[in-house]
Amino acid sequence: MEEIIKVESVNKYFHDPMTLQVLKNINFTMNKGEFVSIMGKSGCGKSTLLYILSTMDTDYEGDLYINKRKITGLSSNELAVVRNEHIGFVFQFHYLLPEFSVLDNVMLPALKLGAKSKQEIEHDAMNKLKMLDIDEQALKKATQISGGQKQRVAIARALINNPNIIMGDEPTGNLDSKNADLVFNILKELTQSMEMSMLIVTHDSDFANKTDRVITMADGEIISQ
Amino acid sequence: MKSGVLLKIAKTHLLARKKQSAIAALGVTFGIGTFIILVSFMTGLNGLLDGLILNRTPHIRVYNQIEPSKKQPIELSSTYGDSHIMHEILSIKPKKSQSNIRNNRGIMNALLSDSRVKGVTPQVSTRVFYKSGSVLLNGNLIGVNILKETELFNIDQYIMQGSPRDLDNNTNGVILGAGVAKKLSLKVGDFAPMVTSNGSVIRLKIVALFQSGLADVDNVQSYTNLKTAQKAAGESPAYLTDINVKLYDLELAKAMSDELVRLFNIQAVDIKTANAQFETGTGIRNLITYAVSVTLLVVAGFGIYNILNMLIYEKMSDIAILKATGFSGGDVQRIFIYQAMLIGIIGGLIGLILGFLVSVLISKAPFETAALPTIKTFPVNFNPSYYIIGTVFAIITTFFAGFLPARKASKIDPVEIIRGQ
Repeated sequence: MEEIIKVESVNKYFHDPMTLQVLKNINFTMNKGEFVSIMGKSGCGKSTLLYILSTMDTDYEGDLYINKRKITGLSSNELAVVRNEHIGFVFQFHYLLPEFSVLDNVMLPALKLGAKSKQEIEHDAMNKLKMLDIDEQALKKATQISGGQKQRVAIARALINNPNIIMGDEPTGNLDSKNADLVFNILKELTQSMEMSMLIVTHDSDFANKTDRVITMADGEIISQ
Repeated sequence: MKSGVLLKIAKTHLLARKKQSAIAALGVTFGIGTFIILVSFMTGLNGLLDGLILNRTPHIRVYNQIEPSKKQPIELSSTYGDSHIMHEILSIKPKKSQSNIRNNRGIMNALLSDSRVKGVTPQVSTRVFYKSGSVLLNGNLIGVNILKETELFNIDQYIMQGSPRDLDNNTNGVILGAGVAKKLSLKVGDFAPMVTSNGSVIRLKIVALFQSGLADVDNVQSYTNLKTAQKAAGESPAYLTDINVKLYDLELAKAMSDELVRLFNIQAVDIKTANAQFETGTGIRNLITYAVSVTLLVVAGFGIYNILNMLIYEKMSDIAILKATGFSGGDVQRIFIYQAMLIGIIGGLIGLILGFLVSVLISKAPFETAALPTIKTFPVNFNPSYYIIGTVFAIITTFFAGFLPARKASKIDPVEIIRGQ
């Protein structure tokens, strides 16, 4: 199995209002194509860990490797490139840009990457939307579609650069059980058909139990994986 | 490709808030438009006023002034002339001398062979009384070579009826000041009788009238031919009271006038010394123009700054997701600077067009002034360099107005925003 993420003895502290250790000596690895969920009570540090893995939070001790490349210590511009190419995000909230059409929202990260022509990107984006069964909404404004559809558009946006890994912070938290199942099935299928890795933080034990591996955290430590 | 997507985001943001963007652009439009209008009009007017002085006034005037001897006889004495012996002479009288410039032919030849000199005109100024029945009016008759004066000092711009050539053709002709003509009810074709300084009466035919716009001049001054003035003064054909010099380069006037004083032991005054107030006036008018325009642009800049600041607060989560999906801080900064610059460039362009149109309107507006009988509309300077300056102004101000909010946007921490929701 090829390893996609490796975390070595990560510690993190919050200093405001007083110094508090939120992550304590975290070590784990994750392989390509794995569907991993992180569970734990709120405040246990699971989201904090996810944002460190996402490369957006750089204020930690320890080492992080993505695709066997050491990420810790890269400049913020280099990190932006890593996120753009290798990581797709799905959050609890969809974070679609309201002024843009659904299609434009999906295309933006690929336009930023600039690896393909605009026509190719548009074609890719349409394919992703079709895969998620929302291609009929492509030309609508992002504000004109329903909550479940928005979350699917957010997934399409996360997929547009064919990342190695998708990270999710409660991606089904705002959805009813029907839409939540739909999103889970989409993610599951992606791990199988496209060999993408999934790292999803969730509260939902039903969701977690369906994944390949569950990492359970408590008080800043991994208690089982 | 990459800046294309940033520009696309910037454009979309602006278009989503058409009203706000339009108001911000309008601020720039007013700033630039006002700058163009003010600067075109002011420099047009400055050019006209400077031209008034520069074209009409000799760059150097050489003359002979009656004044007390610089060295009084007592100072030549070895007993009293020493500086350590105090002496004071009361009631010093000027030395009687002619107003004729000695060796004027020599001076003129020397000037004409000087490569800095464009031309030289000799003048004879003599006092006369304009006579109408028993009424005598103070006057000043100036003998000139009228064609030379026209060529070098544009005297024809102030001649209302008749032409300079009429004087050249008529030895006993005179170009009478408009004020004199009005007072004495004289018109072109009439004879103007004058009493000369030696008491004789001469009758000169009025061939034209001139109006300089300065009542003091128009009420006393008249022009005639050199020879006629010399006769009226009772002097020989070698008699000259003034030599007016026009240079190729105005800036050399001061140095050259000093040189003439030293070389020929005569009086000379240069245009800058004689008209110092004009340069000051021009400078201050330019200063006011730039100050007003810069103030307007700064106000417009604050407008842009405000709108972008508000936009950034509104767009926190958009900025966060852009960063999460791989846009760097620099990219985000550029998006907002592009927005400011788009506002600046569009507002500025409309401002340039508006400024140009209003300038055209002003240049067509009737403007009649006694000072300039040949000017009928307002003078406006359509120098393209002001349009370039305006564009540069607009770009610089809006860049700085956008820079601070944009930098703030670039520093937004996406984790804080996303986790805070």
